[in-house]
Amino acid sequence: MAPLADDVAGYLKRRARWSAVEIAFWVFAFATIWLLPSKHLILTETAILALFALSLDLILGYAGIISLGQAAFFGVAGYFSGLVAKYGIINEPVVALLCSGLVAAALGFVTSFLVLRGSDLTRLMVTLGISLMLGELANRYSNITGGADGLQGVTIAPIFGKFQFDLYGHTGYVYCLTVLFICFVIARRIVYSPFGLSLRAVKGNALRGDAIGIPVKWRLVAMYTVSAGFAGIAGALLTQTTAFCSLDVLSLNRSADLLLVLIIGGTGYLYGGLIGAVIYKFMQDWISTMTPQYWQFWIGLILVVIVLVGRERIGAWNEGVRAALARLVAHLVARPAVLGSAAPDRN
Amino acid sequence: MPILETIGLEKRFGGIIAAQDVTLAVEKGARHALIGPNGAGKTTVINLLSGVLKPTAGRIVLEGRDITSLEPHERVRLGMARTFQINQLFLDLTPLETIGLAVAERLGAGVDWWRPVGSRSAVTDEVVEIVERFHLADVMHERTAILPYGKQRLLEIALAFACRPHVLLLDEPAAGVPEAERHELLATIAALPAEVTVLLIEHDMDLVFSFADRISVLVNGGLFVDGAPEEVARDPRVKAVYLGEELVERI
Amino acid sequence: MLTILFDGIAYGMLLFVLACGLSVTLGLMNFINLAHGAFAMAGGYCTVVLVNRLGVPFALGLPIAFVVTAVLGGLLERTLYVHVYAKPHLDQVLFTIGLVFMSVAATDYVMGSSQQFVQIPDALQGQFDVFGIGMGKYRLLIIVICGLLTLALQLILSKTRFGSRLRAAVDDQRVARGLGINVGAVFGITFAVGSGLAGLGGALGAEILGLDPTFPLQYMIYFLIVVTVGGTSSITGPFLASILLGVGDVAGKYYVPTLGAFAIYAIMIAVLIWRPQGLFARSTAR
Repeated sequence: MAPLADDVAGYLKRRARWSAVEIAFWVFAFATIWLLPSKHLILTETAILALFALSLDLILGYAGIISLGQAAFFGVAGYFSGLVAKYGIINEPVVALLCSGLVAAALGFVTSFLVLRGSDLTRLMVTLGISLMLGELANRYSNITGGADGLQGVTIAPIFGKFQFDLYGHTGYVYCLTVLFICFVIARRIVYSPFGLSLRAVKGNALRGDAIGIPVKWRLVAMYTVSAGFAGIAGALLTQTTAFCSLDVLSLNRSADLLLVLIIGGTGYLYGGLIGAVIYKFMQDWISTMTPQYWQFWIGLILVVIVLVGRERIGAWNEGVRAALARLVAHLVARPAVLGSAAPDRN
Repeated sequence: MPILETIGLEKRFGGIIAAQDVTLAVEKGARHALIGPNGAGKTTVINLLSGVLKPTAGRIVLEGRDITSLEPHERVRLGMARTFQINQLFLDLTPLETIGLAVAERLGAGVDWWRPVGSRSAVTDEVVEIVERFHLADVMHERTAILPYGKQRLLEIALAFACRPHVLLLDEPAAGVPEAERHELLATIAALPAEVTVLLIEHDMDLVFSFADRISVLVNGGLFVDGAPEEVARDPRVKAVYLGEELVERI
Repeated sequence: MLTILFDGIAYGMLLFVLACGLSVTLGLMNFINLAHGAFAMAGGYCTVVLVNRLGVPFALGLPIAFVVTAVLGGLLERTLYVHVYAKPHLDQVLFTIGLVFMSVAATDYVMGSSQQFVQIPDALQGQFDVFGIGMGKYRLLIIVICGLLTLALQLILSKTRFGSRLRAAVDDQRVARGLGINVGAVFGITFAVGSGLAGLGGALGAEILGLDPTFPLQYMIYFLIVVTVGGTSSITGPFLASILLGVGDVAGKYYVPTLGAFAIYAIMIAVLIWRPQGLFARSTAR
């Protein structure tokens, strides 16, 4: 039965293939380097937020773990990268970035054992507790972290010794966007791999996952660790591009805003965090020019409305737009052979 | 030597005894049925065997190896898989993904986080075989949640089968399947490879007596009668138990 | 030493009155209400406005704060919260955090961001000196009021018809429905009373806890600690947890000020690892 075998292998592989919409998305993202040079500062923030949201999507959307403490990893890596740069321990930004990610991942690995116990409520408590605890620590040891004034006097060396960070954020944006893209590719490989599939299965039905031989606990630990590493890289990017780090990186608001970003964009298809970050930053820009002080009120209102209307419906709206986009792009490109896929992607 | 043995298995929930002194031997290649009236502890026994529950006393031995303290997923790796009385499926995945996942797990690809699922031919070949064996080819791209119940029931067994068990535990596989879809399911169960040992829990006596070559009867958490189908059918005590239950049901 | 114990107990009792409503909501509907602190804040600001601006006597301000927040809680419960009960925990978290953010920003807008103080009558200021232990009069009042409230709650729960209905609903909602108990109404009333108590706690506690628009965020973790450590199956658990937390926090801040709230969070995480169901929860061996 060769046709069936081809169908099976083809389908399982095709899921992982890049669709035309995705390629268009990234082409456009990189095109902004030349198209929107005046917006690079806000675009840098957007790219960092997108990476941070991507990290939350990995555990929330793919492993089903609710976390109110993703800021812990963001903040720890943020401080770490700031400190190593300030004291000249690791000067090269890319190496420092990787090390920060590893530090955050290590923290994620250690704390994952606490988080994986118990119910949603316990998870919320523990994740929230850990980030508050770290915030408290950073506040107490102000001789190291600078306390409420923030970490001052950080100077970031040029990337690879060549590309100096500039005032307009051009270098920073290219740097952040590249890191975001690399992390995204890794996340995408993970999600479409057998490992990622096993997590989706466990999220749907952990009992059965165990009953077909999946070591559920270790899979969740692994994903939590990866997610923490990504959050850490995002945090380090923020410190490196702003040459500054304050207590605010560890705050509850940061974790809560992050949930909002991901909910706006939708969970469980990787682009949610990216799209959510763009919409969120755009909104923030717009609203805060009107009422800079009470921005938080509108965030709250949006959260309440989203829940009352129903996340599923907002997700459905999303899917409709995505399907329309897929058709549009397929139509515009009109040369599907180039993309290596004769039919529009199933997903 | 039996392939699967339990020795003095016991499970208590607080003061309630759900299973006591269950000593059971399943021979290699057997079609062994475990029957008993409602509440006799059949599902408790299967939960103990698969590791969902931990026994309060007793041992479980699989192919000469004590597995009493192992986690469910470790027992699967050693060659024992189960189905559930109420479907436990991955509703958001397709049958193809579901089976692909189980096969990939068994072949040790589950920790592979880089290559896409379909890139190993060992995995896809086996997925094809299982999809055909369980008559799932025509629905393999549908979301599991929207499959007809009979197909879900087939997938339930296919998923356990994809773990390539030496011992397959079937918990009421035909329960709730409509008459029209029943034949396909029973034929598939009958066609399971002879080398796979099957322990079947079932309510439906027609299925039990057409399928099993050995029957154990469980009553009030304890093993009551154990023997070939003809012996069990003739045993007056078994008749009394079932008759008793019928009487109770009538009242 | 004993003064610290005294202050700690006062603080703990206050926390209990603030958090007991949350504990019941969580136990009854399995609903995570992170916005509970917003009701406490509402009670606090209500008293500030009444006492400081309108010259209402303090003794009258407290019950009014209770009633106002209870009505507010009841209204929100009937209009908004009811739609969210059946939703997943993630939605509940998003929804209630949204409410927190709105309340914080709205309070900031209306009342300004500075810290507020309730003008306490002169008679309640200063302290007694009993056997060398300094006892603040106001803290003593807190202990008395909160102690009475705790007793009253315990009596209501164990002796009245409403209490037995509530306990039945907490134990098993389906069975309670089957017995003809209107679980929705029971929950609405409980939510309103719980909010009212939080409001009263906020009013009483403005002096000790401080009152500014970020109150719901600052104390969210404390309420959650009380509930998770104390469990949700009775009010004794949260009560003991509150006292422990109060004494621990006051003592910690006094003896090891460098650690600050760190010690409390560390203890909470340790407890949750040790007993995920809460320190005083019944063992649910099912």
